[in-house]
Amino acid sequence: MRVSLTVNGRPQQADDVWEGESLLYVLRERLGLPGAKNACEQGECGSCTVRLDGELVCSCLVAAGQAEGREVVTVEGLADHAAGRRATAPGVGLDEARRWQPVPGEGARLAPIQQAFIDAGAVQCGFCTPGLLVAADELLEQNPEPTDADIREALSGNLCRCTGYEKIMDAVRLAAARQAEEV
Amino acid sequence: MPASGPAGVPTKITQGAQAAGGIGESTLRPDGILKVTGEFAYSSDLWHEDMLWGHLLRSTVAHAEIVSIDVSEALALPGVHAVLTYDDLPTGVRTYGLEIQDTPVLAHGKVRHHGEPVAAVAADHPETARRAAARIRVEYRELPVITDESSATAPGAVLVHEGRTDHYAPYVTHPNILHRQPIVRGDAAAAAGRADVIVRGEYTFGMQDQAFLGPESGLAVPEEDGGVHLYIATQWLHSDLRQIAPVLGLPEDKVRMTLAGVGGAFGGREDLSMQIQACLLALRTGRPVKIVYDRFESFFGHVHRHPAKLTYEHGATRDGLLTHVKCRIVLDGGAYASASPAVVGNAASLGIGPYNVGDVDIEALALYTNNPPCGAMRGFGAVQACFAYEAQMDKLAKELGLDPVEFRQRNAMEQGSTLPTGQVVDSPAPVAELLRRVKAMPMPPERQWESSEGADVRQLPGGLCNTTHGEGVVRGVGYAVGIKNVGFSEGFDDYSTARVRMEVVAGEPVAVVHTAMAEVGQGGVTVHAQIARTELGVEKVTIQPADTRVGSAGSTSASRQTYVTGGAVRNACALVREKVLEIGRRKFGTYHPAWATAELLLERGKVVTDGGEVLAGLADVLEGESVEIEREWRHRPTQPFDRLTGQGNGHVQYSFAAHRAVVEVDTELGLVKVVELACAQDVGKALNPLSVLGQIQGGTVQGLGVAVMEEILVDPVTAKVRNPSFTDYLIPTILDTPTIPVDVLELADHHAPYGLRGVGEAPTLSSTPAVLAAVRAATGLELNRTPVRPEHLTGTA
Amino acid sequence: MEFLRPASWQEALAAKAEHPTAVPIAGGTDVMVEINFDHRRPTHLLDLTRIGELTEWETGTDSVRLGASVPYARIMRHLRAELPGLALAAHTVASPQIRNRGGVGGNLGTASPAGDAHPALLAAGAEVEAESAARGTRLIPVDTFYTGVKRNALEPDELIRAVRIARADGPQQYSKVGTRNAMVIAVCAFGLALHPETRTVRTGIGSAAPTPIRAEVAEQFLNSALEEGGFWESGQIIAPSAVKQFATLCAAACNPIDDVRGTAGYRRHAIGVLARRTLMWAWESYRGGHRVTEGAA
Repeated sequence: MRVSLTVNGRPQQADDVWEGESLLYVLRERLGLPGAKNACEQGECGSCTVRLDGELVCSCLVAAGQAEGREVVTVEGLADHAAGRRATAPGVGLDEARRWQPVPGEGARLAPIQQAFIDAGAVQCGFCTPGLLVAADELLEQNPEPTDADIREALSGNLCRCTGYEKIMDAVRLAAARQAEEV
Repeated sequence: MPASGPAGVPTKITQGAQAAGGIGESTLRPDGILKVTGEFAYSSDLWHEDMLWGHLLRSTVAHAEIVSIDVSEALALPGVHAVLTYDDLPTGVRTYGLEIQDTPVLAHGKVRHHGEPVAAVAADHPETARRAAARIRVEYRELPVITDESSATAPGAVLVHEGRTDHYAPYVTHPNILHRQPIVRGDAAAAAGRADVIVRGEYTFGMQDQAFLGPESGLAVPEEDGGVHLYIATQWLHSDLRQIAPVLGLPEDKVRMTLAGVGGAFGGREDLSMQIQACLLALRTGRPVKIVYDRFESFFGHVHRHPAKLTYEHGATRDGLLTHVKCRIVLDGGAYASASPAVVGNAASLGIGPYNVGDVDIEALALYTNNPPCGAMRGFGAVQACFAYEAQMDKLAKELGLDPVEFRQRNAMEQGSTLPTGQVVDSPAPVAELLRRVKAMPMPPERQWESSEGADVRQLPGGLCNTTHGEGVVRGVGYAVGIKNVGFSEGFDDYSTARVRMEVVAGEPVAVVHTAMAEVGQGGVTVHAQIARTELGVEKVTIQPADTRVGSAGSTSASRQTYVTGGAVRNACALVREKVLEIGRRKFGTYHPAWATAELLLERGKVVTDGGEVLAGLADVLEGESVEIEREWRHRPTQPFDRLTGQGNGHVQYSFAAHRAVVEVDTELGLVKVVELACAQDVGKALNPLSVLGQIQGGTVQGLGVAVMEEILVDPVTAKVRNPSFTDYLIPTILDTPTIPVDVLELADHHAPYGLRGVGEAPTLSSTPAVLAAVRAATGLELNRTPVRPEHLTGTA
Repeated sequence: MEFLRPASWQEALAAKAEHPTAVPIAGGTDVMVEINFDHRRPTHLLDLTRIGELTEWETGTDSVRLGASVPYARIMRHLRAELPGLALAAHTVASPQIRNRGGVGGNLGTASPAGDAHPALLAAGAEVEAESAARGTRLIPVDTFYTGVKRNALEPDELIRAVRIARADGPQQYSKVGTRNAMVIAVCAFGLALHPETRTVRTGIGSAAPTPIRAEVAEQFLNSALEEGGFWESGQIIAPSAVKQFATLCAAACNPIDDVRGTAGYRRHAIGVLARRTLMWAWESYRGGHRVTEGAA
């Protein structure tokens, strides 16, 4: 079957989709967006987390056909998504311009939570990272000043095997603090 | 043959000025941006034009003769390009293994464990491949299963492997015992007579899974010359290569291997998984073949941590000094050898922990059974022993009426101590100090779960499930310390290779570091760049993708990579530096006498004297030239343990960590909340302090997992795995994980590069017994097994 | 496999009538796991996510008509006052991602004894609104809905449209035991609702019998104990012996098995503990005059 959907703001179409395929498979294998990860494919690890019409979901548990006509945001679109949330007016403000720093790697633009994960050492193997970023970004969207218990509850659907979560806690706290400074 | 390369293959990473920094600084990961943007290409992300999907059919029974295999219906399915069984293997080499080549690429005549690969399929879609596999008819004639020591060594027991010819076979008392290592020192029986107190215990350690998140996967691309290029997530490219090439019937230079992104490893990628089958399918079909396990298959696709039965006797005098230790450690190696012999060596040689005991009698062995194969996992044999000897130390302290920390400190090993193997510890061993530090850390507040709105269930045992608002909750505190060897032991030639080039790019000096080290998340690439900056005085370092175009880096395991490949990079950098200075002398030596007389350094892109005088810019020195050196580097040699006495200088370095666990137990429901897991560890020298913390905290939580929830359950009657999924094999979530304050000690080991000490494994040892000790303190129960389940805390097991 | 995408409820019923083996899929949190792990290959998937009314609810005077696909996250957020037991149960479901997708209809359709919603529905009192193209709507009391392990009272051509759940007239509680502090399948679970208007207590037990069940003997014991002692009027503390007896009877109502998640003995024991604690919490709340109480999560 054919599935048409919007991913990271762009209309996308996949053909010859098997009816049992998940949204995760379509993103990874048909649309060239492997950012959402295939760690368990049973909704237990959160590494495939994306936003589906704004809601945080495990893309491995969304049948491809259910995504027809929907809007999906993946980690690949997270920087734009976060920027869109912050932009009150188009263009770069003076303060923002002054804070601008060169970023290695072809000038990649990062969402605050992405930068915080790098800065806080929250990335090791990185396989859980995309899902955690999408979940943590949503948390900060809903709750800009989360307590530690709030962070733990919000991220309890995302398993990480490398970090012991401490640096992930640091990263979310850091992103929240930076976000608060900006306002 | 495909003309274009695969999509998403690893690319070199250049890290520039923003992260300028040498060793000792918390520079950021060079792969961090790729990993947070989703662009980092893991092995399961790879894609190739014309690619096929491989899939393995696995045995549904644990032990059986294969009567027949019929693949005709599978081959007839449209979209299926190949179906391979044992009979299709191209050469006489049809088994592989890290040390003993006892593992069939595809089962032959017999399957020895549940989930053993029997056939391999390549098809145009993963679902086609699955449907084809389901059409393969395999007729099994079931055999009795060997599941434990008594069934393995019973009279007339079926042999898991008949006709063994491996080099351990002559020394074992039964062919179902893979390897046995005694360690005898002094006279434990006589020393027992001097003991005022003797405690005994029998302990059980459950089967733990590495549970790395990135599933086993890889892409094999056939090449024009008849060879194959394998993009793979592994811990050791060259070890894979050595095992793959003979099965394919190809010389090693026709099997090219590139490390794809690795989603965690923890020992579980030390053995091969789908490497050979993917290559075989690619060569058979002439098409690129990708295999990706799902989580269910992953539980069958790699070895696990050995479950163990441990029997201990400890004695001490009334004044709290250990008199002797006797122990017997029985590890279940499962159906194939994997790394079991080395695990036995570790369990035996580290079996009494970081304590001074003159009289010991240790025996460790690994069984061949029909349970899932077990092998390497973080902590490697030292974990199981630590759980048991630390429980014993608490028991003894209690019998003696001594504080458990004080009792440990009285017996703590130190630099100059002699191990049961007779080896003298010749670098700092701050066991007592680590215990002192971890005990001195401030305690977390009592009743931390109370809030103004009542009990915050998220901070209580049971968490979000709302099982208690404080009822039945009792706090307990426990301590533990452990000892882990660093690097490969017992005479193994444990070397690494580094190739370092220095050149000028766009007017700037750049160091290019090329090794075959598997970056599995530990941050080796970060450290290599730091070493190159420190040694070569450059800002820009390019880390080449790891592949087999450079010599072996050894395994990313045994806490060894920063030591050994880090050492190789440092060594190669030093040689490059000498060459650069030679060029400098040649070009500029006549302009300044210091070129000939002074100690010269490379700093901030310049050649400077030790007095700080700038002689030349590196860009000028290297104008029109580049310097490249590839060298192997090895740590001090070790010796094998004597087969009968276990004596020998078997290890090169040790790593020590201590933990204090604070837990709250809902004593009525048997649910545990770990409130805090404080750790103190000596790391010799923290090359990257942020990464060191990440290793310690990550290792700590893996230890927590096996203390309270993680266990692969194998049916004792059928030897089938009962919980191969993340629904029923539970690893800690962020709500199960406590705060983990860490106190890092840096006492240099002068035998090691920069004085560093391997970091990754030690914290996995002591966190488990610390949690168990705390749960014992809270409940008053003996708790001789791990993981401890609610049943064990409520008398309902 | 065919993927059916009905745009309306009537179309969905027609599709189910035409393809009785079609598997309805909404949140996908059960169905997709089975498909991903190759445990199930239905002839048809019947996608219900295009039918807007399934994710809506109406609050009446006596009951809430909860659309079959209202996600747990919204039950937690919006129905804490009307359906406190179910809201608590919803909070124990898996993870935030799953709670955004899964709903009560899926729990009922799968009818696993471990489904988190069941004990809360049993305790509150509920009717399942099942409908077929041929026979229209029928209301199935939740007590008779579960007919066996992963079996329910639905006919092959029926779909679950909504659940009618009694609005809380008193405090309700819900506890679930798992071996992890989040994202865990129930080892066992217990729901309890005080119904001051009828002066009854109702219970629900999950994962401790082949189907979700009520502890009816325990309920009868407690109802008469409360009635005879005039506790509903006085709001007195219930005697520990009565609480203990209630807990013992709840444990006795279980018919559990040993499996990888827990032993039968533990399940029975834990249900007793949960029965005691939830009764204490709910009764404390009733005495305090609060309609609703729960842990501060």
